Amino acid sequence: MTLLIRNGTIIDPSQKLKKKSDIVLDRGKIVGLGKIKAKKSWHIVDASGCFVVPGFIDTHVHLCEPGREDKETILTGSEAAAAGGFTSVVCMPDSEPVNDNEAITDFILQRARRVGLVNVFPAGAITKGLLGEELAEVGEMVKAGIVAITDDPNPVENNQVMRRACEYAKTFDIPVIDHCGELSLAAQGHMNEGAVSTHLGLRGISRAAEEMDITRDIILSRITGVRLHLAHVSTQESLSWVRQAKNQDIQVTCGVTPHHFTLTDSDIRDYHTDFKVDPPLRTQEDVQAIVEGIVDGTIDCIATDHFPQTRLEKETTFDEAAPGIIGMETAISLCWNFLICRAGLSPTRLVELFSTNPNRILQLDRGTLKEGAIADVTIIDPDCEVTVDASKFKSKSRNCPFDRWKLRGSVVMTIVKGRIIYQQGC
Amino acid sequence: MPLAGKHLLGIENLSLDEIELILKTSRSFKEISSRPIKKVPILRGKSVINLFYEPSTRTRSSFEIAAKRLSADAINFSVSQSSSAKGESLIDTVKNLQFMNPDMIVVRHSAAGVPHMLSKHCDTSIVNAGDGMHEHPTQALLDALTILDYKKQIKGLKVAIIGDIAHSRVARSNTILLNKMGAEVWVCAPPTLIPMQYEEYGVKVTYQMKEALRGADAVIMLRMQRERQKEVSYPSVKEYFALYGLSKEKMKWAKSTAIILHPGPINRGVEIDPELVDGEYSVILEQVTNGVAVRMAVLYLLLGTSEEMGL
Repeated sequence: MTLLIRNGTIIDPSQKLKKKSDIVLDRGKIVGLGKIKAKKSWHIVDASGCFVVPGFIDTHVHLCEPGREDKETILTGSEAAAAGGFTSVVCMPDSEPVNDNEAITDFILQRARRVGLVNVFPAGAITKGLLGEELAEVGEMVKAGIVAITDDPNPVENNQVMRRACEYAKTFDIPVIDHCGELSLAAQGHMNEGAVSTHLGLRGISRAAEEMDITRDIILSRITGVRLHLAHVSTQESLSWVRQAKNQDIQVTCGVTPHHFTLTDSDIRDYHTDFKVDPPLRTQEDVQAIVEGIVDGTIDCIATDHFPQTRLEKETTFDEAAPGIIGMETAISLCWNFLICRAGLSPTRLVELFSTNPNRILQLDRGTLKEGAIADVTIIDPDCEVTVDASKFKSKSRNCPFDRWKLRGSVVMTIVKGRIIYQQGC
Repeated sequence: MPLAGKHLLGIENLSLDEIELILKTSRSFKEISSRPIKKVPILRGKSVINLFYEPSTRTRSSFEIAAKRLSADAINFSVSQSSSAKGESLIDTVKNLQFMNPDMIVVRHSAAGVPHMLSKHCDTSIVNAGDGMHEHPTQALLDALTILDYKKQIKGLKVAIIGDIAHSRVARSNTILLNKMGAEVWVCAPPTLIPMQYEEYGVKVTYQMKEALRGADAVIMLRMQRERQKEVSYPSVKEYFALYGLSKEKMKWAKSTAIILHPGPINRGVEIDPELVDGEYSVILEQVTNGVAVRMAVLYLLLGTSEEMGL
């Protein structure tokens, strides 16, 4: 089927494009841009007042399958991604069993194909069982289809293991993604260490825990030359280390999550466990620094770290509650509302953060609307006002701290390989 | 209702007026405990459940005695940490207890925020008897009552809180309460035992005992909570006592009329010289007596009807 998207504003940083234009998708590819006269048999989408952009890529999600299908499955995770405007997701290796071998990689890809909604790109484990000890069979997993390696949600504690992983990853030219949070300094804490943790009597996680790992990783990237991606930086100081490394031409990129620039530790009222997340919510100064980093280009991408947890895992004491926030179905509206409407970020920059740059970091052959490219497209209505309703999420989990938030800007259509997989009127 | 809320979750939520009301009521109840027949029928027919997830002798029996002296029925549930620390079962336990229609649940738990969580899950009045490293409101109230037995007013007094501040809910509740009442509060410990940004409570933080004790009117010593420490914050008990233990020599820096308080249980020879515990400055046993009075006042103010209180 041929699809004509009419009257929208096309934004595609990969070809420095921002203009009102029609776009035609056919047999999974982009076949035309410009003023196009529709043929009778074409399906026509009217995108008046909307932005038509290369499909968004979430570089950091947890799909929980195999093993924790009570939290999320590849099906529900794909549906949540589609509803959030994501055409591709990179899923972390913390399934049960861990994605540390080609059989699990195969399973995930097969299941994703059968679901047939968004593109699922698995990230493989750095170490067997995410235990931080022995390297996983990275080569086998690359053959099976992984696009990066990481031990997320764990950091790699042992410096020598991390160094070897960085060296080894170069064989396959894949990035190493790290969850930074040195465990001895994190000291089994539950939230950001500071005035609020003191006040609530909760064990704090020192900012130094994240920064220690970030500086270590930067040093290892420098000596090994690996492409290093820091999954979710959360502190002002972390960002200044990254900025410094980039100035020295070290191959480091970094992402941030929407919750780290829309919430702070002061939002943890009444010990509400949906606000427990790792890395923890920081302070207003950090939020400020992240927004600046987004504007000035220190931050390469925004990723949700969509981390489903069941009610059982959240409805307990703050100490016992599992960390994690689900984010795919709120990310774009949060970003539109807070970054574009409030902080004055350009829509073009947002597309870089969600599509162009994730594609560059992970080399997925996506992130563009050039003729001949795979037809993954997201359409956003910037004026659409939404009220977050967690009870209506496609995700299997409900651990969302943004319930009932009123936001401006929303995804109205998600297209993968030329096929509409999600649409929502406004 | 004489108190704004139906729960006592922390000192933080109390106004100065409410604090003064509790202290005034405590004073009038104190007399009951010295009668030959230590019982008044004020809360007859009310039931209070003491739900303790942490071992406790003093606080639990204090609440139990307080309830009984007011003729309420006290039921004790001691739940072992290991079997019931998981949250869902905690909520289930409380939901079950609620359907036995108690009038109040007094709860102690090793995790901060448990009383707040329970107050959202059930209609019964919740009293915090200590939640993790967060608050222990009745302890702070009984400490204030004890100080007022010896000093005319709390406003303007220099009070030093010394010891394991980091792991202490007593320190936090006392800090907030004494600050609200206008005392000049100093906290003193090695930096490893002072939580970040503690000075934001509006108190002075020092690492030097001399500075904390100089001219102090009251000294609140804290128990070294070795069981809560997952790491080493001081090299040895010997060195800790030498630097931060309260000795007779160090006590000379305080006013000669100063009093020493300790929430108990005491680690004699760790945070305090055993002789000081039993010595002239010590009001540690008066604290225990006042504990019953304060808890009677809290029970009464949360459970009593307006007519009974003559309001």
